[in-house]
Amino acid sequence: MLASAQRVVAWAERRLPSLTRLRQREPLPILLHRRRIYIVPTAFGVGFAILLAVMLVGSLNYSNNAALVLTCLLGASTAGSMLVAFRVLNGLTIGGLRAGTARAGETIRVSLDIGASQRDRMAVRLDVAQREFVFAVPGGRSTTIEFDLPTEFRGWLDLPRMRVHSRWPFGMFRAWSWLNPDRAVLVYPRPEALGPKPYEPEGDADRGRPRPGDELAALREYRPGDPRRQIAWKLSARHHGLLVKDLEQPAPQEDWRLDWDGMHGLDDESRIARLARWVDEARESGRRWSLRLPDGYFDIAQGDEHYHRCMTALALRP
Amino acid sequence: MTGFRRSVATVADPLLARRSFDLLAVTMAFVVLVHATHLPWWLTLSLAVLLGARWWQRRRGGRNAPTWLKLPLIGLLLGAVIAQNGTLFGREPGSAFAVGLLVLKLLESEHRRDARVGVAFACFALMSALLFDQGLVATVVVSLGIVPALATLRSLEEIDPQSTPWSREFTPVLIALLAAVPLSLFAFLFVPRLSSPLWGTPQDNQAKVGLSNQLSPGEMLDIMTDDTPAMRVTVDGGTLPPGARYFRAFTMQVFDGTAWRPSFRGTRRPPALVETARTIRYQASLEPTHDRVVPMLDLPLSAPPGVRIRPDQTAVADRPIDETLAFSATAATAYRLEASLDEGVRAENLRLPPKTGPRARALAASWAQRYGSDHAAIAAAALALFHDDFSYSLAAPPLGRDRIDDFLFGTREGYCEHFASSFTFLMRAAGLPARVVTGYQGGYWNASGRYLLVRHSDAHAWSEVWLDGRGWVRFDPTGAVRPERVQLGAAAAAAGHGAGDGLFDMAWLRDLRNRWDIVNQWWNQGVIGFDALRQQGLLQPFGVPRAEVSDLALVFAIGCALLAAAALGWALFQRREGDALDAWMRRLQRKLARAGVLRRAGEGPKHYLARAARALPGHRNALERLSGLYLRSRYGHDEPPPESVAEFGRAVKELKPRRVVK
Repeated sequence: MLASAQRVVAWAERRLPSLTRLRQREPLPILLHRRRIYIVPTAFGVGFAILLAVMLVGSLNYSNNAALVLTCLLGASTAGSMLVAFRVLNGLTIGGLRAGTARAGETIRVSLDIGASQRDRMAVRLDVAQREFVFAVPGGRSTTIEFDLPTEFRGWLDLPRMRVHSRWPFGMFRAWSWLNPDRAVLVYPRPEALGPKPYEPEGDADRGRPRPGDELAALREYRPGDPRRQIAWKLSARHHGLLVKDLEQPAPQEDWRLDWDGMHGLDDESRIARLARWVDEARESGRRWSLRLPDGYFDIAQGDEHYHRCMTALALRP
Repeated sequence: MTGFRRSVATVADPLLARRSFDLLAVTMAFVVLVHATHLPWWLTLSLAVLLGARWWQRRRGGRNAPTWLKLPLIGLLLGAVIAQNGTLFGREPGSAFAVGLLVLKLLESEHRRDARVGVAFACFALMSALLFDQGLVATVVVSLGIVPALATLRSLEEIDPQSTPWSREFTPVLIALLAAVPLSLFAFLFVPRLSSPLWGTPQDNQAKVGLSNQLSPGEMLDIMTDDTPAMRVTVDGGTLPPGARYFRAFTMQVFDGTAWRPSFRGTRRPPALVETARTIRYQASLEPTHDRVVPMLDLPLSAPPGVRIRPDQTAVADRPIDETLAFSATAATAYRLEASLDEGVRAENLRLPPKTGPRARALAASWAQRYGSDHAAIAAAALALFHDDFSYSLAAPPLGRDRIDDFLFGTREGYCEHFASSFTFLMRAAGLPARVVTGYQGGYWNASGRYLLVRHSDAHAWSEVWLDGRGWVRFDPTGAVRPERVQLGAAAAAAGHGAGDGLFDMAWLRDLRNRWDIVNQWWNQGVIGFDALRQQGLLQPFGVPRAEVSDLALVFAIGCALLAAAALGWALFQRREGDALDAWMRRLQRKLARAGVLRRAGEGPKHYLARAARALPGHRNALERLSGLYLRSRYGHDEPPPESVAEFGRAVKELKPRRVVK
């Protein structure tokens, strides 16, 4: 008995995907086709059908054939709109997921590409995150929908269940399909609000070493000891002596060596929050940092790529 | 693919866009327009003004009307309708009230929901316009009202209604309407008709149209100037000779010196005996008269269901004819009616009002003396009198107190009413039972439509005289005066006589009218007259003599299913992407999928076919060849050359992979 019920459910899942919200997750891109598009009349459609029934009974009762012709014409043209609604969704592809970055507690911006290989699709609607987006999809192209998802925890955030639907053309029928993409977006950990500065090693070998910056500040006379690659050879050729490119040195900052094990008396989440804050601060102040985690080490560096690598590692800490 | 970024997050129920509101106003204006023919002019005018004012007000940025304005307006409308009609119920007041409410609805239409209610109500109001006129033109015009209504609904769903140009606003809806024609036609044919109404049809005191049941001075003239069609007749086996185009409606036996009326004795006695020599069968469609009498080709022998023939051979229906009545019946063109006359009937048909027409009585007495029992000769003498000394004119001079003598010996100018009346008087005075018959005579033979069009203006009155051994014989004294009246019809007879000319004089116009009437005839017979009875005969060509409701429902269901399948085919049809090479590749994929090698999403052809070759070692060579062919045709040229596509196709066809048992 139970086995047969399960078989029925399995069959329904296979044959009638997305009728129910039980729809299993599926990989992107999703192609909408006839087995997963459902149509029901809207409240207005039901009301209009009742009106048509009244008109039908009235014209039959008074044997008014002209009124019957009108009723039939109205009924047939509105019933046909059901298929038009179906055609709006049939053949749509949903893919091209992109996500921004956000820390837990913020909203994360997600964008989806909805494309149609043929025909212009009018008034497609997408219900996601308690909002309804309405857009047109031109034939052979795609439309990008951007929406914000609320986040709560760090780590992978599954895309919510979405509904694509349309009431085109007369608002009497709603064709819909549930989408449950098996994709997730990454949410970075929430940094702690307040906390101590990281421990800065004092006798560091790196300290005070002149470090070239990137910006060209001025040219000056060569002084013995200047590195050879700083000599402006071309310009020097027109002068008597050698000219040296004087590169601006950013204000010397301490490099931060951030270490998971360097913190004592904290639980894992607090460590992650503190490390996240330090990584944030290090990036904002333009200093270099390294991060040591129990299962990995990110050597001293700076820049966006380094930042995202560190934050991803923190977000995905078990 | 280029990114196309335009999405709008919607709010729950936004204000109507200007275009949507304009379309709604157009819909409502259309409804007012189709109702304008029967609404009082002041109501039409004020509704139009109200509609225009609201449109202008909203265009200027105004919002919906406050309650203090709406309530008095509803009261005003209610008062106006009741003042005009005395009641709120019935066809005229009901439709006036509905149209008024519809326009008032526009005053408070600000949201999508209001617009939807307005459109639905407008559809209902459109239908109510058809209660007044079911004609072809009216039906087509009213049906066109669907277009702005559906365009409004469509605009409500649009993302940016304003961006659609006005010229493209109605085309998609028109296309949808045209696509709906087959299904609606089918539904029209097979939706089972009610043989009796579920509830009472409205008792409108509509003026009766057509012949009246008495022949009094001037009565005939009203109807003879009415050019609207009365009935259309087709005859089995060709035409109806002009002399036989008599349609019998009433016989009148009682004369009071001014008017002729039917006697009640006529309806109660046993039916008269008819011996027929020649009969014809014909089909007729009778325009609604709101009266019970059915004019039938003289002499009627059989009547359609719901109509019975009275002893004086006139026909009445059980119910007033409020819709076009289509029927088929038989008539006798050579007959002997009531060869032996009952005494009471004879006395009734000889009775004359006292003191009327002393000179006419004297003239009749002289004929009776001269011809004795040769009754036919007496009638011939009277016809000769009319033929020699009388003239036909619709503008007959007024008659004095003694209508008979004044006409016979004074004015001597008149039309069928005068001739039939005085001829019957003369016959009675001479001792011959006689009666007046009214109905239609003549009509226009529409050669292209092969039917006879009888107009109300073809109304006619003639006499029947009972002759010994021959029964009732038709005498048409008007024909004696003006044979064209009988041969060519009323229009020909009236030509050149002032009162009758009008639209009929212009030949081209008459021609146009007659051609147009063919369409009307077709509409009346095919659409308006399509009732439960005709529907039962719908399946006769398929061997079902009498289609029951269940048969009709079955055919309706089957037909709907077929049409729905066709529509689904359209909805599911999607152009396959790519070219012929892609099509062959898809076929190859299907073959390989059956053999257990599925192409993965995003898998390239080379990798896929190599994988297939590994999975199906028996076909390694064929698959490697296919792979090479495909790659050469696809990537070796801008467009795959046809011959290599064909070669690839042949190779696909030859491949017969079998599942490998592992």
